[in-house]
Amino acid sequence: MVRFLAGRALALVITLLAATLVVFLVLNVVPGDPAAYMMGLGGDPAALAELRRELGLDLPVWQRYFAWAGGLAMGDFGVSYTYRVPVGDLILERMRVTLPLTLMAMALSTALAIPLALFAAGRRGRAADAAVSGLAQVGLAIPNFWLAILLVFVFSTTLKLFSAGGFPGWEAGVWPALKALVLPAVALALPQAAVLTRVARGALIETMGEDYIRTARAKGLSERRALRDHALRNAMIPVLTILGLQFTFLLAGGIIIENVFYLPGLGRLVFQAIAQRDLVVVQGVVIVLVFAAVLVTLAVDAAYALADPRVGKGRR
Amino acid sequence: MNAFRRLAALLACTLALSACGEPQARANDVRLGIALEPPNLDPTSGAAAATDEIVYANVFEGLTRVGAHGEVLPALAERWDVSPDRLTYTFHLHPGAHFHDGTTFDASDVKYSLDRARAADSTNAQKGLFEPIASVDVVDPLTVKVTLSRPAGDFLFNMGWGDAVIVAPESAATNAVKPIGTGPFRFSRWLRGTQIELVRNPDYWGPPARLDAATFVVISDPAAAYAALLAGDIDSFPNFPAVELLPQIEGDPRFAIVIGTTEGETILAINNARKPFDDLRVRQAIAHAIDRKALILGASEGYGVPIGSHFPPHDPAYVDLTGTYPYDIAAGRRLLAEAGFPDGFKATMKLPPVAYARRGGEILAQQLKVIGIDVSIENVEWAQWLDQVFANGDFDLTIVSHTEPRDIAIYARDDYYFRYAKPAFKALMAELDLAGDDAVRRPVLQAAQRMLAEDAVNGFLFQLPKVGVWNARLMGQWANAPVQANDLTGVYWQEP
Repeated sequence: MVRFLAGRALALVITLLAATLVVFLVLNVVPGDPAAYMMGLGGDPAALAELRRELGLDLPVWQRYFAWAGGLAMGDFGVSYTYRVPVGDLILERMRVTLPLTLMAMALSTALAIPLALFAAGRRGRAADAAVSGLAQVGLAIPNFWLAILLVFVFSTTLKLFSAGGFPGWEAGVWPALKALVLPAVALALPQAAVLTRVARGALIETMGEDYIRTARAKGLSERRALRDHALRNAMIPVLTILGLQFTFLLAGGIIIENVFYLPGLGRLVFQAIAQRDLVVVQGVVIVLVFAAVLVTLAVDAAYALADPRVGKGRR
Repeated sequence: MNAFRRLAALLACTLALSACGEPQARANDVRLGIALEPPNLDPTSGAAAATDEIVYANVFEGLTRVGAHGEVLPALAERWDVSPDRLTYTFHLHPGAHFHDGTTFDASDVKYSLDRARAADSTNAQKGLFEPIASVDVVDPLTVKVTLSRPAGDFLFNMGWGDAVIVAPESAATNAVKPIGTGPFRFSRWLRGTQIELVRNPDYWGPPARLDAATFVVISDPAAAYAALLAGDIDSFPNFPAVELLPQIEGDPRFAIVIGTTEGETILAINNARKPFDDLRVRQAIAHAIDRKALILGASEGYGVPIGSHFPPHDPAYVDLTGTYPYDIAAGRRLLAEAGFPDGFKATMKLPPVAYARRGGEILAQQLKVIGIDVSIENVEWAQWLDQVFANGDFDLTIVSHTEPRDIAIYARDDYYFRYAKPAFKALMAELDLAGDDAVRRPVLQAAQRMLAEDAVNGFLFQLPKVGVWNARLMGQWANAPVQANDLTGVYWQEP
């Protein structure tokens, strides 16, 4: 297990290094000058040149890369061109919205999907199973932004139970902040739950055909107990894989939902930064996401090892 | 439906675990929706209109200010004297004005602000406004003398731009994140990505604001803006981003829809330096091919006044030149044939990511195809547009709205992206700078408009409308936008 984790940690460092290089190069090849964006249509050429000097944009590319990557190694993400505040603070600020939102959506989708999958797998081929599958199909087909708009029209403009969007900040109290995240979390969770239900149901049905389940059943275990006590644990591996993928997707991919609910999340930060060519911010966010993705993969791998002890002890 | 409603309400209440259905008492504040979050709150740095939309006239003030109809009004300077040669401006400052941090406003702050804006290392996006200034001298704490190196006709108007607001040396460096001005509202807090909050300045030198507070909420998604308005989360969208949804609001007595004008001339910009657009006949043919009525209907839901030159229709010096080259396909085809393109030619059109450009581009491409110009559309981001089109002049055609006020002089700039810079036009602009009096300026401005229209420099399309939607009880907001600002000094709630 230790060697397994050490290997993974090394891979993490190498991935991050490669990511800094790729991200930096790609962003510096894309046309567009952050200073020109800030100066706008009537911008004075002398002021533009001065701003480029101030932002360090007049330095050669390699010099800017080493300055940035060197800073990263010390935990310094640099200073945003447009906002003029440290990028690290910006990302932390946004994480305070995105992370709880992602976790809420994940919790909600798991809480919906696992019982539904167990329910459907226990009744496979019957009407209840077909109903769950149908529901999951619908959930897959509904785009989450449409669902978000629907939720806003029902719960905000008609019933006036929630505000149509925005985030009051955690300073305003835990409940108001959580309340602002409820509708977005539901909008994010339902399509994810649909995917998860289908995967979990499929995995459960597959394990139900394994020999050890037959043995368990032969020993007199009811179908339902066999499903819950034996099959579920073994079906966790594909479920965990999907959860890991969904987590990283939700971190940055919530952007459409963040737009509909005008939440100050990570997705909107990076979207705006790309449009404004605030390259330092884009680079910083991408690196954080790469880091998160690698960490989640690591966590999922570790969870595999817990779910299936054979994984960690393999020849690695 | 009723049962569903009750169930949904119950569900939502359980989820929210907080007081449900209690209507909150209306506080004396206002929540305004804005489409773009400003990068920072210092109007003397970048060009972002989003910055001025929040702080201009509310937090920061200049020597002069631009009124709701584009007129020059006194602000921190209560009056001024202009020398007969129009080279010396003596500003008499308002006594008793203070910055929000308590420091006193006086002549030294004016000198500091103007000198800072015109310094060699200044990053003021409108540095050109200060270029005529030769020196700024403090006469006494309430009198400042500004000496120009040459007459500048628009000088008093220019001192009313957001880029020319007066800042204090103590706070200039931190205005980007914590703006300190002299205005009727103070900056309170900025929840980045969500909202910016202002509160009334109780020590304001002028008539105090009637609102206690104002919050600017960033909502860029059109559907979200519509929902927020209906839900009552937002009281006003000074620029409503979902023009296509207006018919659904129109009959609703809760809301007022106010269509005003802006300084935004929307043009089909043409690269005058590139073949075949350097040929006047080709540009005339393009002008004849444009059906402005159909374009305005498609690109901005019918809102927007057609223009025939680069000049706003609400300006007193405006001349209607939309008939210079009327919509006439036969004339367009004939001119193209005369220019040597009987079968037309191919061209590209680069479109920035704004609705009027993207939708207008599709329509214009169709209209140009009728006379034989085969236009292929290339959608670009703003940063790309600024780089390729604006900075490097790498384009055939593009659509953009020039929102800077009184900007006809851009046609006199040698390196400006549509590459016109005709000597005769430059001479007109030089003449304009020497003229201080409106009666002298007007014929010059009109001659300039005519020259641009006759040379068909660009396809002149329409004046960008300002579509405001707000609570019908909210009074005192500007209908027009002579500067990009949301002046809240006169805004108040009418009693129901």
